[in-house]
Amino acid sequence: MVESKTHDTKFRVGLFVTCLVDLMRPAVGHATLKLLEDAGCDVGIPVTQTCCGQPAYNAGDAKDARTIAAQVIETFEPFEYVVTPSGSCASMLKIHYPNLFKNEIDWKSRAENLAAKTFELSSFLTDVLNQKIFHAPCSGKTTYHDGCSGLRELGIKRQPRVLLEQAGGIELVEAKEAESCCGFGGLFCVKHADVSTHIVDAKIDDIQKTGAGLLLGGDLGCLLNIAGRLHRRGIDIQVRHFAEVLSGHDQTVPAIGAEEQTKETSS
Amino acid sequence: MKPAVDSFSDNARDALKDVKLQDALERLSHGFPEKRRKAIERLPEFDDLRDAARDLKNHVLEHLDFYLERFEEKVIEAGGTVHWARDAAEAQEIIVGLCRDHNAKTVTKSKSMIGEEIAINEHLEAAGITPVETDMGEYIIQLRNEPPSHLIAPAIHLSKDQVGDTFRDNHTHLSKARPLEEPRVLLDEARDILRERFINADVGITGANMLVAETGSLVIVTNEGNADLTMTLPKVHIAVASIEKIVPTLEDASTILRVLARSATGQDMSVYTSIVTGPKRDDDLDGPGAFHVVLLDSGRAAMLGRPMREMLRCIRCAACLNHCPVYKSIGGHAYGWVYSGPMGAALVPNLLGVHNARALPHASTLCGTCEDVCPVRIPIPKLLRLLRQRDFMTESAFSVNKRAMRLWARIAARPRLYRCLHKIFAGLFGKGAGRYTHLPFLRKWTVTRDFPAPAKKSFIDDISLRKCNKK
Repeated sequence: MVESKTHDTKFRVGLFVTCLVDLMRPAVGHATLKLLEDAGCDVGIPVTQTCCGQPAYNAGDAKDARTIAAQVIETFEPFEYVVTPSGSCASMLKIHYPNLFKNEIDWKSRAENLAAKTFELSSFLTDVLNQKIFHAPCSGKTTYHDGCSGLRELGIKRQPRVLLEQAGGIELVEAKEAESCCGFGGLFCVKHADVSTHIVDAKIDDIQKTGAGLLLGGDLGCLLNIAGRLHRRGIDIQVRHFAEVLSGHDQTVPAIGAEEQTKETSS
Repeated sequence: MKPAVDSFSDNARDALKDVKLQDALERLSHGFPEKRRKAIERLPEFDDLRDAARDLKNHVLEHLDFYLERFEEKVIEAGGTVHWARDAAEAQEIIVGLCRDHNAKTVTKSKSMIGEEIAINEHLEAAGITPVETDMGEYIIQLRNEPPSHLIAPAIHLSKDQVGDTFRDNHTHLSKARPLEEPRVLLDEARDILRERFINADVGITGANMLVAETGSLVIVTNEGNADLTMTLPKVHIAVASIEKIVPTLEDASTILRVLARSATGQDMSVYTSIVTGPKRDDDLDGPGAFHVVLLDSGRAAMLGRPMREMLRCIRCAACLNHCPVYKSIGGHAYGWVYSGPMGAALVPNLLGVHNARALPHASTLCGTCEDVCPVRIPIPKLLRLLRQRDFMTESAFSVNKRAMRLWARIAARPRLYRCLHKIFAGLFGKGAGRYTHLPFLRKWTVTRDFPAPAKKSFIDDISLRKCNKK
């Protein structure tokens, strides 16, 4: 279903699945793996991976963030590329790791090496592999939420849209505030839960205006937040990671927070 | 105004319930950002100008001592006086002293954030001197005894009904029954009252958007012309500004002006841009007889040479407030002091001390919109993270917050333990589909949001198992 540009040499890609995908939504991991393998990559998944350290970093705990970052750097050093289905985790590796180690010369260059070969999934598929995806999902009217870190730190805007449009079967309707924050903000969503809720409500109002029945995004943090609030408000808009749609996993896996199709009640 | 920054959470909660405030914020959210966007569309070189403005401010900050001394020389040459204030208390003393020297009874003021920062009105009043704010927004909040809620629109939190009520309560010499529904009527009423105050004032106090080192001039922008009346009608003009407001030349001032109004209100230029140098000269038709500039440090010099110096580029345009999802949800008062929004969250801990403003660096989702719209490209999220680091380091090792973070980090650094705990968590809560409407350990999330259920088996466990089966 995926045609890659060259198959002469297989890229050796390390999949950094992210802690949220690992724990909350393995479907995104399986979807990413499939997209990368279909693109002809030789994908390795180190089982010692945990988290990128962003919660510690954003909480001001630089020391622990460095410990975790060092572990990620070591784990993924053998790979030619590191790919992750998250703009904010990719940004952590690409932008913030070198910054964390700016005073430690040895580690700084190792962090910079990792940064240079790390890509967010849609960016890797388009900017590096120039992939075309022929799987045709049938998702109808769909809108896209740009996660803040991916958008503003890595410039990811066009890439997921290019992939979705090439895939066909999707009518992408842009929300006016697609680039506005959803209010997740890592620990912010529990530290200032009421403000966070106010922000996600504005996001949801904006999404509703598009008339889309499906919201896609590239960061599970945002998607859990938006899906959680949509369900609480009883609004029938499905939420998924874009990789699920591109890989066809949307055909077998319920949307985020949705029940299996056989049972309809929430817990 | 006494800072109340550590009640941020409570303030924010109250702000979310304030219906009138929410209406006002809704109007702001659509007004300023849209106007800014259109202004920038008309100026293709805007991003280059932002680079130029950033570089200019960086240059000044690297040579601040040189330019400040040069500015002082030029002010003296023009017949004025420069006063150096290490902190708010010194600035208050200098200003009140100058007013007393000139036997001032009434002082007109044009909008100044430094005036707010040093709470000059309170100190003038304590000395028996009546300060009169002459910017429409500042005039309204002075009547209401409130701090500004926005850098350039200090009364943005109020509806016109509230302003009408405030005028009825304070302008008691006018008929109670007069109509006050239209903004134009409100403006005319304030104008009538302020005209008289302008003429009778003994001293005029202004801020300054820029201090020009080559000429000793002040650059002051307003949309109401009130600064011009404040500084030309009374016998004495006192300008109060913080030290980082320096630019080397008038040409440099124009670089800042080109990004300032566009970022702030979406105007190409503010309605009035005034450049004033020294007191009235012999052949001038009008102007003050005495010209004083009070330069305030108050924590700023200590930011030089450190990562936090980037915050000193700020030109107070308020674009970061207007685009911030947090500010747009709660307004400015929730931040507890005179500076609010992202720039306030990053600046105030430097001015008051991190330990006195612990809540502010966390009052952000780090979405980065502030940096995106900043005319001088201040990396506010980076600065907020640095402040969080300083806060974390000073926090007690026994605090719940710190211990929880440390514990989590220790687990994340031990992959086998991490996987073990993952399995336990998935065993307890994993469903693979559906969601939780209540989770005791995530109560803050589940009060307003469902929590999508975790997987029955984590991705890594699933993959490991499949690999084993293949073998």
